Amino acid sequence: MENKLMNLTLKVWRQKNAKEKGGFETYPVEGISPDTSFLEMIDILNNKLIHEGKEPVAFDHDCREGICGMCSLYINGHAHGPDSEITTCQLHMRKFRDGDTITIEPWRSAAFPVVRDLVVERQAFDKILQAGGFVNVNTGGVPDANAIPIPKEDADESMDAAACIGCGACVATCKNGSAMLFVAARVSSLAKLPQGKVEAARRAKAMVAKMDELGFGNCTNTGACQAECPKGISVSHIARLHREFLSAKFKD
Amino acid sequence: MKSPFIVSSSVGRKFVMSISGAFLVLFVTFHAVMNGVALISAEAYNWVCAVLGANWYAIAATLVLAGGVLVHVGYGVWLTMQNRKARGSVRYAVTENSPGVSWSSKNMLVLGLVVLLGLVVHLTHFWAQMQLVELMGGHENALGLDPADGASLIAFVFSKWYNVLIYLVWFGAMWFHLTHGIWSMFQSSGLNNQKWLPRLKCVGNVWATLAIGLFALVVVVFFIKSLL
Ligand code: FES
Repeated sequence: MENKLMNLTLKVWRQKNAKEKGGFETYPVEGISPDTSFLEMIDILNNKLIHEGKEPVAFDHDCREGICGMCSLYINGHAHGPDSEITTCQLHMRKFRDGDTITIEPWRSAAFPVVRDLVVERQAFDKILQAGGFVNVNTGGVPDANAIPIPKEDADESMDAAACIGCGACVATCKNGSAMLFVAARVSSLAKLPQGKVEAARRAKAMVAKMDELGFGNCTNTGACQAECPKGISVSHIARLHREFLSAKFKD
Repeated sequence: MKSPFIVSSSVGRKFVMSISGAFLVLFVTFHAVMNGVALISAEAYNWVCAVLGANWYAIAATLVLAGGVLVHVGYGVWLTMQNRKARGSVRYAVTENSPGVSWSSKNMLVLGLVVLLGLVVHLTHFWAQMQLVELMGGHENALGLDPADGASLIAFVFSKWYNVLIYLVWFGAMWFHLTHGIWSMFQSSGLNNQKWLPRLKCVGNVWATLAIGLFALVVVVFFIKSLL
């Protein structure tokens, strides 16, 4: 098995804080194993920077196993890098070649301002969720799971939408800075279940209104979001969001 | 007063694009079929032209159609401006195409503006020599033809090679615009799901190709006839 160590050139976006103007810095990294994960590679760079007495590169990450949605990065023109249906923390250096130049940028969208270097503020997503991405449950005994039968296809489709980890790759990729796929995934996963039906109309309206208020753009159906979504969430959920929203509005 | 959701909500605005687009798609389809009549019989075509002259229902339809164009173009420009703002002031240094994203879908505004430009040329070629002449009370257009004699007008316009060229470029832009537009109008009004997504894209491509193909055929046939 080929396991040659790689030497790479990194072009990384550096920005002191939200106010100051940022710019690219170029860093060489040497002796990177193809089995290194992308974030480990940045760890190696940061280690080097700290030893040289320089500021390490700030970037978001947490679980490093593709479930928390904390990692981001726009790598060589793709959200979460060149691989499909994975997050940046699941990306490995074997996807690159020795001698490559890798450009690393933060998510770019008016609703996701840069906080520092590669870290962006994604609180807008939390605010959209707070507007309606939940079901209200009255206190009382835990209902029997089998008391509410749900057809398998509905449960599957709901789960597909619920796979959204809220990383923001859809917004970062969309040329319109639209959060439609995120909102659609949340609305769709609940709309498919009986528990979510009760508040469906209110939810769709509240979440769409919040999304608009926070300055996300209008969806034009390019489908770039589904192509770059680490969970492969389909734009067909966006059609369901439209159904939910429009039927709620027409009923008003 | 709170503005209605077709103005204030992004989903509402998308719905307006979808409905106005659907209306224009239907018109384009009707127009293509109407042109097809000219291939079969000049008399039948002129009969259609006479029906669509300065009659109250043709005038009403023209006004509604103009309204549809205005809404679609107005919203398109407005939405694009909002989207540019939402994208933020700093752009990516490196961008690459994402798989499955059509070129048309990313260039709808530019394609739409080319279509609009072509429309202006087209209206001066035909509408201004036909319905407009009748509306002004005239019985003869600048070419000395009866304003309802569409067949002769087509033969005249498409005997010029540069007109043929302009129209073919125009049709090309319209084809690209439609291939994204037709399936989008279903998606944006919520009439889509996982199963129908690929089907509707296919329907859109076939529909666009048939309609635009028919337009192009008429132009080319009349050009060839002028050479004979
Ligand atoms: S760090 Fe949790 S998904 Fe990447």
